[in-house]
Amino acid sequence: MERRVVITGLGIVAPNGVGLDAFLDAIKAGKSGIKFDQQLADLQFSCQISATPEISEDKKRDYFSELELRNFNSTGILYGVIAGIDAWKDAGLSLENNKDPDWDSGTVFGTGTSGIEKFRESIYKIDDLQTRRLGSTAVAQTMGSGISAYIGGKLGLGNQVTTNSAACTTGAESILMCYERIKSGKAKRMLAGATSDSGPYIWGGFDAMKVCTFKHNESPEKGSRPMSTTASGFVPGSGAGALLLEDLETALKRGARIYGEVLGGNVNSGGQRGEGSMTAPNPVAVQKCISDALKNANVSGKDIDTINGHLTATSKDSLEISNWSKALMRKGKDFPPINSLKSMVGHCLSASGGVESVAAVLQLYHNFIFPNINCEDVNLEILEIIDSECIPTKLINKELNVVAKASFGFGDVNGCVIFKKFKG
Amino acid sequence: MNREEAISKLKDIVKPYVKDQEAFEKLNESTDFINDLKINSANLVDIVLDVEEAFGIEIDNVSMEKMTSVDAALEIIDTKLAEK
Repeated sequence: MERRVVITGLGIVAPNGVGLDAFLDAIKAGKSGIKFDQQLADLQFSCQISATPEISEDKKRDYFSELELRNFNSTGILYGVIAGIDAWKDAGLSLENNKDPDWDSGTVFGTGTSGIEKFRESIYKIDDLQTRRLGSTAVAQTMGSGISAYIGGKLGLGNQVTTNSAACTTGAESILMCYERIKSGKAKRMLAGATSDSGPYIWGGFDAMKVCTFKHNESPEKGSRPMSTTASGFVPGSGAGALLLEDLETALKRGARIYGEVLGGNVNSGGQRGEGSMTAPNPVAVQKCISDALKNANVSGKDIDTINGHLTATSKDSLEISNWSKALMRKGKDFPPINSLKSMVGHCLSASGGVESVAAVLQLYHNFIFPNINCEDVNLEILEIIDSECIPTKLINKELNVVAKASFGFGDVNGCVIFKKFKG
Repeated sequence: MNREEAISKLKDIVKPYVKDQEAFEKLNESTDFINDLKINSANLVDIVLDVEEAFGIEIDNVSMEKMTSVDAALEIIDTKLAEK
């Protein structure tokens, strides 16, 4: 029997808000988390602004032991653990030191890299003939699956514990992998989510590719401008978002609060064929990903009440709008409202799908559409496809039933998730 | 440095890694790091590094393998200090 999958917990570590309350307030208010970054300036980056969550030393100690924090230098694991544990607790689940693992619960928690600062530190030691001084946690902090390993241990997870990695599609993919596992009856609870390291060593490659904006070093909060005529590249960001997915029956049995249902979705790839390449999306594949997601969720384009886009603030934004329009078969005023969280938090890279999905689910549960900031001058190519009213610049309070979220990533990979309000 | 001082210094070093606090309170020369204090074996390398730093010595691989108890640690520390 195929099982239904619902969301019973959320956790968020975003540049404009750490914790659900702060984040909800921030996205409703259109609060930017983008700041001038002195370290990037000192390192002579072209883009000297970034979006990084602020975590105090005290807060770290709420999630990690003193021992774990010795020689700890992995921001991705820090953000992911906080978001993951928060989602677990938000679902009303407790952290217990049971003798046996929780066989019914697992995680697929994604990331692009792990502990890149720790990796750098280790490389310097190795080259300095100090390999013996790396300590016992260099591996755990830098292995790709570090984040799921840390979370798995803290929660005592006994089902699948792994990390997925699909560039900027990582978060959307993790949700769908967890969804599939519950749907097929192999797990009752799966913690989905994605995280990303912060700092120059993760962002440098993008700066070199000139895909980050260098025009807003003096005006950080204006820097991330998805869908705008004056969009000039993305702002590098970081953070983590987590969603506790649960088998509907199990959730109902324990009386859990239900944020919404994962109705379905799809991941695919453009194969780097046609217009697709390592860095550019194949539009045929993007459209197919969205339309197959609708089919999988058994909804049609007209059922979509709002879209939470990928929309990074590069020249590709108009192509994304065109792809949505074709896949949903809706244009002009008939197109649903669309927004991009990146206007506030920059591009959180491998974490983006996780962070943005938390925003999408909050919209669905609390019935609102957060505003796009820095989009007072909508790109004219976009206005040839959809009406400017479809790009809200102010908070809209509106009953929502179905929300579509998509993420696209390097390697020509796509992911689209359909969330639906749960009516018991 | 006398033996009491060395034990006290060693006690401070192993403290953050100890999982059995009761055994830690009763720490003496025959205490075993893994069997008594329930220290994760992966952390033994961290303890060696901390000992090196605290006593200003370097512990070779062969000695490192043997350093699984308080008396073994004290002996290695003594030897290395004498070699300095």
